[in-house]
Amino acid sequence: MSPFEFEFFRNGSIVAVLIGGLCGLIGVYVVLRGMSYIGHGLSHAIFGGAVVSYVMQWNFYIGAGAWGFLAALLINQTVRRTKIGADAAIGVITTASFAIGIALISRYRKFTRNFDAALFGNILGVTPDDVIVIAAMTLVVFLLILVMYKQLLFTTFDREVAQVYGVRTEWIETLFALALAATLIASMQVLGVTLIAAALVVPAITARLLTDNFNRMVALSVGIGAFSGFAGMLISFYADVASGASIVLLQASLFTLAISIAAIRKRTERLMHTHI
Amino acid sequence: MHPLIELRNVAFTYDLGRNSVPILQHVDLHLHAGQFAAVVGPSGAGKTTLLKLVLGMLHPTGGVITTDPTRIPILGEKIRPLRMGYIPQLETVDWNFPVTVEQVVLMGRTRQYSLWPWHSKQDYAMLAQVLTEMEIAHLAKRHIRELSGGQQQRVFLARALIAEPDLLVLDEPTSGVDMRTAQNVLHVLADLNKRGMTILMTTHDLNLAAAHVPWIVCLNKRVIAQGKPEAVFTTENLNQTYQSDMLVIRQDGMLIIQQKPHGHTYHDLVPNPVLGH
Repeated sequence: MSPFEFEFFRNGSIVAVLIGGLCGLIGVYVVLRGMSYIGHGLSHAIFGGAVVSYVMQWNFYIGAGAWGFLAALLINQTVRRTKIGADAAIGVITTASFAIGIALISRYRKFTRNFDAALFGNILGVTPDDVIVIAAMTLVVFLLILVMYKQLLFTTFDREVAQVYGVRTEWIETLFALALAATLIASMQVLGVTLIAAALVVPAITARLLTDNFNRMVALSVGIGAFSGFAGMLISFYADVASGASIVLLQASLFTLAISIAAIRKRTERLMHTHI
Repeated sequence: MHPLIELRNVAFTYDLGRNSVPILQHVDLHLHAGQFAAVVGPSGAGKTTLLKLVLGMLHPTGGVITTDPTRIPILGEKIRPLRMGYIPQLETVDWNFPVTVEQVVLMGRTRQYSLWPWHSKQDYAMLAQVLTEMEIAHLAKRHIRELSGGQQQRVFLARALIAEPDLLVLDEPTSGVDMRTAQNVLHVLADLNKRGMTILMTTHDLNLAAAHVPWIVCLNKRVIAQGKPEAVFTTENLNQTYQSDMLVIRQDGMLIIQQKPHGHTYHDLVPNPVLGH
């Protein structure tokens, strides 16, 4: 029996491919800026925002999105204006935000909504409305990255010098924080807070191992993310394991494969140089 | 003739709360179009800070920096801010970043904003031109880490040139490369200057500066002296700049500058030197 006969699986697969590709795209910039931990941190911050949105009866996407965006901006500003490093700033701001969520959950025990889905992901609970919202968010983030592609590359490579060459780096970083928050919000329901960091980082570092060309790294990372989203869903169906976990495990396997390819390539190059 | 850029009584202090550190004080400096100047001074003299003030990356805490108010627009274009081409110290570059030579050079065209993620035909035509000019066209698809120090310096020069700058600013272009590469870099700069490019650079290499750069600025938190190398490189100016015993030797029309080694005299170094004044 084909899993695609089930609507929940079809919805889940579409979303897994979109989220995989989206995380692959954003992950390139996250990894190259040396902020791999931000995905892990911000997804926790957004969890706090999701609980606050629920308590205040705000729309989840808007409330949690704004919360995540502000947390990302706060991290950027803290790093730029104080002596605190990015890792410490992410640690303080996002954990405090996560703690707000936990505090609210423990205070209002009458919650009927199960936040397990936000923590561990529930791809099978994706509704057709969710598919439309996530597809729209993916499209907007892709377009945003495309229109600031050159500026974002320069800012990521060397922020200070980019400013001299006329790049408005403050704007670029703010827009990127928005794109990052949107990506995490879209991914939260599918992958859960605990697995987002891997989906954001692993395709990008896998692609980095395979190429030294920025454009190719972006294309590879998006491809690896989308492919592992689709294949991970199939594995989850046939092996009967949680979909988020199977996607991330598949990505980790691809990363291991890429490490081996990179090692073989290096060895071959060394041998060729020795013979010459 | 108005200078391209002018610093009047400029001061800069890093604000570190109670421990504010003055980096530059009373700096008066002007650079005319077509000039080629090198700022020399010991580590911590404020050379890089001075460049960052010129580039607009830092703002002076005292005094003013002005750019030429009389520049005439070319072919009816609007008066635009001074365009800078900046070549940072090679040590500050992230050599593991996944970019090829052409991707780095094309960053210089980012100012020409378009909605498309790819570069225009004109950008690629200019890319081909600057890569050829810098003699690195054959390296276009290579990763920047794979190049020699001199080639890497040329990549960042090409990125600056493709931006069509009014002023080229280089931070220590001769550091971290061997003597021959450093000479080559200065030949390239001298050649660019001959074709009208205004250049401001910092360097630790006094002998190279004396041989290749027509205007020298001795800096140690303030301008100690500025002018042609033969006028500026005197033991008095250099002792004041470096707070150390410096030796200036003039031989065969060349200036040779050395720090006096402790426990030796200059007679041990060079027989019958002709001392500078």
